Amino acid sequence: MLTYAIRRILQTIPILFIISILLFFLVRSAPGGPLTSARRNPNVTKEQIEAIEEKLGLNDPLPVQYGRWIGDMFKGNLGQSIKFHRPVNDMIAERIPNTLTLVGASFFLTLLIAIPIGIFSARKPYSLFDYSMTTITFIGQSIPVYWLGLGLIVIFYVTLKNPWTDIPFFPVGGMNTRGKEGDILDTLWHLVLPVTALSLGWIAWYSRFLRSSMMDVLHEDYVRTAKAKGASSNSVYYKHALQNAILPLVTLIALDLPSLFAGALFVETIFSWPGMGRLFWDAAKGRDYPVLLGVVMITAVLIIFCNILADLAYGWLDPRVKYE
Amino acid sequence: MNEPIIQEQSMARVILRRFFKHKLAGIAIAVLALLMLASAFAFTTPYSPTDQEPTNSFQKTSMDHWFGTDELGRDVFTRILYGGRVSLTVGLLSTFLSIALGVLVGALSGYFGGWVDSVLMRTTDAFLTFPTIFVLIILGAFLREQQVPWLKNSVLIVIIIIAALSWMWPARLVRGLFIVLREREFVTACRALGGSSSRIIIQHILPNCIGPIVVSGTLQMASAIITESGLSYLGFGVQPPTPTWGSILATAQNQVFRAPWIAFYPGLMIFITVMAINYIGDGLRDAFDPYVIHAEK
Repeated sequence: MLTYAIRRILQTIPILFIISILLFFLVRSAPGGPLTSARRNPNVTKEQIEAIEEKLGLNDPLPVQYGRWIGDMFKGNLGQSIKFHRPVNDMIAERIPNTLTLVGASFFLTLLIAIPIGIFSARKPYSLFDYSMTTITFIGQSIPVYWLGLGLIVIFYVTLKNPWTDIPFFPVGGMNTRGKEGDILDTLWHLVLPVTALSLGWIAWYSRFLRSSMMDVLHEDYVRTAKAKGASSNSVYYKHALQNAILPLVTLIALDLPSLFAGALFVETIFSWPGMGRLFWDAAKGRDYPVLLGVVMITAVLIIFCNILADLAYGWLDPRVKYE
Repeated sequence: MNEPIIQEQSMARVILRRFFKHKLAGIAIAVLALLMLASAFAFTTPYSPTDQEPTNSFQKTSMDHWFGTDELGRDVFTRILYGGRVSLTVGLLSTFLSIALGVLVGALSGYFGGWVDSVLMRTTDAFLTFPTIFVLIILGAFLREQQVPWLKNSVLIVIIIIAALSWMWPARLVRGLFIVLREREFVTACRALGGSSSRIIIQHILPNCIGPIVVSGTLQMASAIITESGLSYLGFGVQPPTPTWGSILATAQNQVFRAPWIAFYPGLMIFITVMAINYIGDGLRDAFDPYVIHAEK
C-alpha cells in the first residue's frame, strides 16, 4: 500500500513539471512584465527600474529564470510577491487555514444533508419525497455558485434587515467584524452565507449520486440475504446497504476536489473571504505572477495529496480492493 | 393469408420518439430553442448593447426597458440577448472541441491499450487532478497579452481554453466503452475480413458509442456555459464591451446596493439555460437506454 502511494506521487511529478513549465513561460512571456506599473510611475527613474530588474534577475533568459524558480520551489521557497514585497510562502500560509475552514465547513454540511436525502429517496423511490427531492436537486445543480452568492447578499444583506436594529441579518465581508478577530462565534456568523452558497450545488449532486448508488446496492444478493434472515429494515438499510453504497462516494469526492476549490474561489471572491481563492484573484488582477504560480502549485499538490489519501481510504474501507 | 404488419423504423426515429415522451425534455428543447432564437434576433430591439447613455442610468423595469438599465444607461434586456449569443456560442463550440478531443484520446487509448493507453490515461488523470479554474484564470489573463494577433479575440480564447481543460471526462467515458466493444464479435469479424484499425474504430465501434457521447455532451455544455460565465464574471473571460451573461453579472455586483435587480436577470438566464440542457440530457439518457428500447418492443 505504501509503495502504491509512493508510485502515485512519482507519477504526478512529471506532469507537475510540464504544467509548471507551460504556465511559467506563458506568464513571463507576456509583454510589459511585472514592472509595468513601476515604468508608468514618473517618480521611478530608468536606472532604478534597471536596478530592480537586475536584482530580481528579470534580464536573464527565461529558461534560466525558470530553473531558478523551480529550484527555489523544491527548497520550499515560492519567491517574493511583486506587489506586496513579501514572501509568497507567508502570504499563502496565512490563507490556507481560512480556505480549509470554508471548504471543510461546506463539506461537513453537504454530507450532513446529502446522505439522509439520498437514503430516504432510495428507500421510498418514486414517492412524493423522492420526486420533490429530484426536482430540487435538479434546480440546485443548475444554479451557478456566483449567482447564488450574489442572490444571498441581495436577500440577507441588502433587502432584509433586522427590524429593531436595522442591521443586516448576516455579514457579507471577511471573516470577522472589526475588533472581534479570533471570536469563533463571530466567524461562524460570517460563515453562514458563504457556506450556504458553496454547499447547495454539492448537496444536490451528492444526494442524487447516493440515491442511485443505494438503488444499485439494494438489488444485490447480500441485501436479499440480510432481509431473508430476518434483519430489521433499519439494519438492512443502514448497515448492509449504506456501507456499500457509500464507497463510490469516496472516489467521487476525490475526483470533485478541484471543482470544490473552484467553487471556493468564487465564494471567496464574492464574500471577500481571505482565503487562497481571493488571494489568487487579487494576484491575477495585479499580474503578481509569483503569487499566481505559487497558489497553483500549492493547490495542485494539496489536491494530489488528498487524492492519494482517498485512494488509500478506499482500500481501507473496501477489503476487496487490491493495489497493484 | 394475413401477413403480419411490420413497421420499419430507423434507430433515429425510435430515439426521437422516445425522447419526446419525456415531457420535461420536450419543454427544455423548446426553451433552449426560444433562447437561441431570441439571441439570434437580438438586433430587433431598439437599443444598442454597447452605446452608453449615462443620463438614463439605473432605470427600473418598465415598458421601455423590460429589465431596466445599467450604470451606463444601457438596456439590460438588449445586453442579455446579445450576451446570450456569446454564452451559447462559447458553450456549443467549446463542447464540440472538447468532445472531439476527448473521443480521439479515449478511442486511441481504449482501442490500442498498452503503452498508448498508459501514456494517454496518465495525462488524463493529471489533468483531472489539476485545479482547473486557477489555470483557466491564468490562461484567460495572460493569453490575450501575448503578441499573437489571433489571440486578441477573447471569445476565441475562452472557447479554446475551456475545451483544453474539459476533454478528460469524455475521454475516460469513450475509453471505457472502447475497451468493452473492441472484444465484441462484430469487431473480430471485421478484423478477420481485413478491416483496418481506423475503419474499425470509425465505422464500427464509434457509432455504438454515440448515445453516451451525446449525453455527456449535454453535461459538458452545461458546465461550459457555467465556466464561461464564471470566468467572465471574474474578469478573465470575454472582455468588455462585448456583453456576456457573466460580465453583466459582474457589473451588477458592483451596483448591488443601488440596483440589485440587475443581478437577477443574467444569472436567471444562465440558470434557465443550464437547467434546460440538463433536462435534455436526462431525456437523451432515457431515449438512448437500450434496455428501455428493448422493453418497449
